[in-house]
Amino acid sequence: MVQPLDILTETPSQTAGPYVHIGCIPSFAGLPGVYPQDLGLSPIAKEANGQIITITGAVIDGTGWALRDAMIESWQPDAAGRFAGHPEADPAVSGFCRFAADKDSGLFTLRTVKPGAVAHRDGGMQAPHISLWIVARGINIGLSTRIYFEDEDNSNDPLLARIEQRPRVETLIAKRTGEGQYRFDIRLQGEGETVFLDL
Amino acid sequence: MTDRPDLGPLIPRQRPMHPVPYDPEYKTSVPRSPKWPLLSMESTPSEETGPRFGHALIGPLDNNLILNFAKDGSPAIGERILMHGRVLDENARPVPHTLLEIWQANAGGRYRHVKDNYLAPLDPNFGGCGRTLTDENGCYQFLTIRPGAYPWPNRANDWRPMHIHISVFGHSFGQRLITQMYFEGDPLIERCPIAATIKARSQLDRLVAPLDMARARPLDHLAYKFDIVLRGRRQSMFENKLEGM
Repeated sequence: MVQPLDILTETPSQTAGPYVHIGCIPSFAGLPGVYPQDLGLSPIAKEANGQIITITGAVIDGTGWALRDAMIESWQPDAAGRFAGHPEADPAVSGFCRFAADKDSGLFTLRTVKPGAVAHRDGGMQAPHISLWIVARGINIGLSTRIYFEDEDNSNDPLLARIEQRPRVETLIAKRTGEGQYRFDIRLQGEGETVFLDL
Repeated sequence: MTDRPDLGPLIPRQRPMHPVPYDPEYKTSVPRSPKWPLLSMESTPSEETGPRFGHALIGPLDNNLILNFAKDGSPAIGERILMHGRVLDENARPVPHTLLEIWQANAGGRYRHVKDNYLAPLDPNFGGCGRTLTDENGCYQFLTIRPGAYPWPNRANDWRPMHIHISVFGHSFGQRLITQMYFEGDPLIERCPIAATIKARSQLDRLVAPLDMARARPLDHLAYKFDIVLRGRRQSMFENKLEGM
């Protein structure tokens, strides 16, 4: 026998299920009036500094079908790479957004400010990115990934550098489709499966 | 518990303590589970920071599902229960001032959702969602009704045990967790393919809330206790506190 460790084990996850919208974005789910508005409607106020961008995409399953019931959360810093809570962070950037796949098309849209680069623990810089967390029926533990941008310098990013199979890096990079417009699809399984993260 | 600062990276997730992503008995997981391994790396400020929500967000009835959708003050139908507990991290420290959101079916087992067309009727006075912040000790409580069990399309005759969905933020985006609370004594837990995605029996047991008569209120409501543990951060005197954290 040895001494016990004073450490607890994390509570296990369970799927968010098909009705996650009731709990997290009730107005979107057709229950207006419980709260004044849904949480995380926008990660920015209109006076946010920086380039305003729109990212559109879908969450696609292993059969090629776009999920209609996925909910996504995003977390990011301001245009200078500072997260909310930092004393010099842009007060118009909360950095947090909740959005759902459209129930007819499966498309989601995130309108936000383009994030700045963020320091890594060792002092190096991470390329600009937005963190995502995806939940839905059939997803037993929320999936984490990141959106990087094809028009940024991603060459020294420490996370992208760890992806051994270089073609898979592309699954984390949003493609520019116009001025301030990007496309980012999330493939849960199959050809072009998105790199999901364990950080 | 120690007084060492929690400034280090997040403690890596023990994936075997969580449900398996792919489980053929839970059919929807089959096309929705990644095939390739996750990319593991030490957490960065992107995971160690996270959104914070203040008391201004929370309305007075937000944690009372019996009354927060009531029309003309008529309470929701069902067995009145108090759901309460603490949110801790892996270092056994309370997680104060963090947002919890819950959602659930009504007493008949039906959700107020356009896609739920189960035979059981909607309760006009029950919406099925609530939220609250933990206090300075990590404690929270909700007043609600016991949700009904209901059938769902999976295998030919699958039924969900009574359950309440819970979403917890913590203080870091990397702590984000959604789970479900089950009720002590429900025979459907053993038969549920979603509960069975958790392969470590001791972990599934942690989702089963015991009846807590010490918190039940005579002539008013029963109580169930549900504690939640979120990921912790590595404790060390030797971590550099980064700019921006």
